[in-house]
Amino acid sequence: MEQNPDLPELAILSTGGTIASRIDYRTGAVTSQFDADDILRAIPRLGEIAQFRAHQIASILSENMTPSLWIDLARSIYAEIRNGAKGVIVTHGTDTMSFTASAVSFMLETPVPVIFVGSQRSADRPSSDNVMNALCSASAALSDLGEVAVVMHASTNDDRCAVHRATKVRKMHTSRRDAFASIGMLPLGYVDYPSLEVSLGDDAVRRGGIEVALHDTIEEKVGLVTFYPGMPADVLSRFEGCRGLVLAGTGLGHVSTACIGALRDLIEGGCHVVMTSQCLHGRVCDRVYDTGRDLLALGVIEGEDMLPEVALVKLMWVLGQHDDAGEVRRLMRTNLRGEIRRCSCNGF
Amino acid sequence: MDFEKLGLKAGIEIHQQLNTKEKLFCQCPTALRDFEERTGEFFRYLRATESEMGEIDRAAKEEMKVMRRFTYYTYDTTCLVENDEEPPAPLNPEALSIALTVAKMTGMTPVEQVHVMRKLVIDGSNTSGFQRTALVALNGSIPGGARIETVCLEEEAAQRVEGDTFSLDRLGIPLVEITTAPDMHTPEQVQEVARTIGMILRSTGCVKRGIGTIRQDINISIAKGARVEIKGVQELDLIDEVVRRETARQVNLLGIRDELHRRDASVNPEPVVVTSLFADTKSTILKKANFIAAVVLRGFDGLVGREIQPGRRLGSEMADYAKKCGVGGIFHTDELPAYGVTAEEVARLREFVGAGEGDCVVLVAASKDRALCAATQVMWRAALALEGVPEETRKMLEEGSTSYMRPLPGAARMYPETDVLPVPVSPERWDGIELPEFISAKAERFVADLGLDVALARQVAYSEKAGAFERAVEGGVKPTLTARTLLGTLRELSREGVDIDRLDDDAIIEVLTRAESGTLAKEAIPGVLSAMCGGSRIDDAIRQVAPAMSEEELVALIRDILSTRAEFIQERGMGALGPLMGVVMKEARGKADGKLISELLKRELQQMV
Repeated sequence: MEQNPDLPELAILSTGGTIASRIDYRTGAVTSQFDADDILRAIPRLGEIAQFRAHQIASILSENMTPSLWIDLARSIYAEIRNGAKGVIVTHGTDTMSFTASAVSFMLETPVPVIFVGSQRSADRPSSDNVMNALCSASAALSDLGEVAVVMHASTNDDRCAVHRATKVRKMHTSRRDAFASIGMLPLGYVDYPSLEVSLGDDAVRRGGIEVALHDTIEEKVGLVTFYPGMPADVLSRFEGCRGLVLAGTGLGHVSTACIGALRDLIEGGCHVVMTSQCLHGRVCDRVYDTGRDLLALGVIEGEDMLPEVALVKLMWVLGQHDDAGEVRRLMRTNLRGEIRRCSCNGF
Repeated sequence: MDFEKLGLKAGIEIHQQLNTKEKLFCQCPTALRDFEERTGEFFRYLRATESEMGEIDRAAKEEMKVMRRFTYYTYDTTCLVENDEEPPAPLNPEALSIALTVAKMTGMTPVEQVHVMRKLVIDGSNTSGFQRTALVALNGSIPGGARIETVCLEEEAAQRVEGDTFSLDRLGIPLVEITTAPDMHTPEQVQEVARTIGMILRSTGCVKRGIGTIRQDINISIAKGARVEIKGVQELDLIDEVVRRETARQVNLLGIRDELHRRDASVNPEPVVVTSLFADTKSTILKKANFIAAVVLRGFDGLVGREIQPGRRLGSEMADYAKKCGVGGIFHTDELPAYGVTAEEVARLREFVGAGEGDCVVLVAASKDRALCAATQVMWRAALALEGVPEETRKMLEEGSTSYMRPLPGAARMYPETDVLPVPVSPERWDGIELPEFISAKAERFVADLGLDVALARQVAYSEKAGAFERAVEGGVKPTLTARTLLGTLRELSREGVDIDRLDDDAIIEVLTRAESGTLAKEAIPGVLSAMCGGSRIDDAIRQVAPAMSEEELVALIRDILSTRAEFIQERGMGALGPLMGVVMKEARGKADGKLISELLKRELQQMV
């Protein structure tokens, strides 16, 4: 298929997303062929927006994504940007898209938009959200944005996509088109459909200004536990030997008194424990109640307003970069990629 | 017309809504709503998708000439499944049981596993862009001998509000689709088969009733014509007329084809831009358009305007094709000068495009894209006229003519619904299905066993109250009283504005039973039922409307009336009975049984005379 050489170049990296997928009835599987031709045939209007080079990184369901694939992906994106891509689109299953997007966000310093996109309704159906999401993601990838973002339907209407910061987005519905939501902040911007006009808010990091850089080491021995009433302390003991553990605690960031001993053992054994909240909205504060003060005394790190999954990915990445406990603690409490906001804004 | 000689072949597909508690693929009720009750709306675009073979279905392609924005109304009785925002729930077992019952009633063979398929429909009537359908059984026949090819279970489409706006209350109501073999050869046969299938469906007692709950699609062809599917015939009585008119249409299109061949007609391959010719026209449509294209049809003069069905010309067919591009219609020289276009303008047009006397020129006026798209469609339809009758899906217009919807769907239209698991139909399940009695047999039984006259028996058997009727009669209520109440009294109350839907059958049967046993006067039945529709319980309703008189009270009343009319009684003797009955009834109507009143009055009168 002929591409227009006058248009800017975008790279599309596929991890098994549904944008050009088709069921192969001989094998019953989703076809693994994935090249620019497939995509342009499925969504011809893309060819009017940009030239595309396409690569398949993986062909998996997103629940089977692994940190080592995050690294492969980050390296490929880095190579594409070095190669002159004006923007990069990553197609990804929606279930763990926000994990991968925030992992790439930490590993990569990017001067161009890196856009994660998927679809909630399968590509074979005439009503699929894949076409609109793909077109909006291409437009966002050419925009003035300069960070990693997720672009998906903003509402159940086919009216516009929202551009979400990779470290502040979460899948908040199992099936709706507008499942993805920015938590604790407004979306970075919107892409209108069918005009494909992009509007970015003041929060959005703008294109350019930095050189592309890659920091692609990750510590995989990190866990995430959601506390629940009556949770036995030995659930925590199972994480012995891990270098890091993120807790999704209750409310302001609590676990039961019965868990204190197990946490002390973990921390004394060299595990970095970060507290987040299962409320998702709001900031952790362990200075208000007794249990919280006990946790702080043990050396638990307050995860500020980070989402639990983002804190997990960040801790993996920070531990991949540093061994020094003080540095790990400092970085976990420092905003690196927009994952921590200094103030909890009105309205969230 | 000699239909057999013309080689008429017709089959029907009947779509019947099922009266299930829940929809086919979600737990929402199957309730229809008023548009004003909507809780919100949203909009979507649909596009044709490639099949697994890499093809786009030809019917779907036709609907996609312009990007259409569809709006949908939501209700507090619809959910994310109708919105295409949630995967479907498992196939509704109640609906499957009804479909299996219908299949068994017509001697069919069930499939071993029911597999749900997706059928592409991108006219907006399904939010997903496909209709889910499942084959349930194969090969049966109905009384009279017509063969049934398949019984399918399908989801009902959304109701069109207007234009591209749809209401989601109807989407997902279960339908059974019964498809006959193309065995019928006359319009009357088609109608009779439709009537019989309708009777079989109602015999299950599990189908919805009323306008729009049953729809017939008719497949028709004649020997040298083509298969045409006519959608959405709602009135049974119009079926024969639809068949007659379609046969005529095909005969006339073949006549036009033959005439075109005699004239060596052809379609000019390129449209001509004629916008400038109409710069000063009085035609508002042409003046408003920023682009006008002309299509020259060599040798078509007089044929584009020829009637092929009441109210329909070949030009109407071309206009239908053109409308797929979003234009309002077409002009053609067979109907010009008219609509503000002058004879001089027509002459100038003919000269400009090089059209001779025997040629016809078709104009389309719109934006450039739409006008060129429409011109291509007109050329396509004109070329099809040279071949005869195109294979099409058509929709019925009022009175039985039809208009073009889209080409017949091709094989690329169906593919598996991967979100719904197949449902096995075990031999035990099939054997366990009890066959309901045919309504026709029920009517005969009412005549033979209950002594109802034929017309009343049919009326009762075909009514929704047939079940209540049988239960009441089994409980000892007289058939005539039951029939009169269920068919007559209820309708009269409804006509008077009483909300009779508030009455369930058990309540009505209880009222009838009391009337039969004499504890409630028959004359009081309408009043009591009316009070119960207003919310009263049966005992309160009776107390309120018909405080029963004891026999002593009745005798006292009669004696009182007789004593004030002694002179009249002396004069008339027992002949006073009739007039006096009227006087007593005036006081006692609904409070005591008429028969008892009559007996007591007679006894008292005899004593006086």
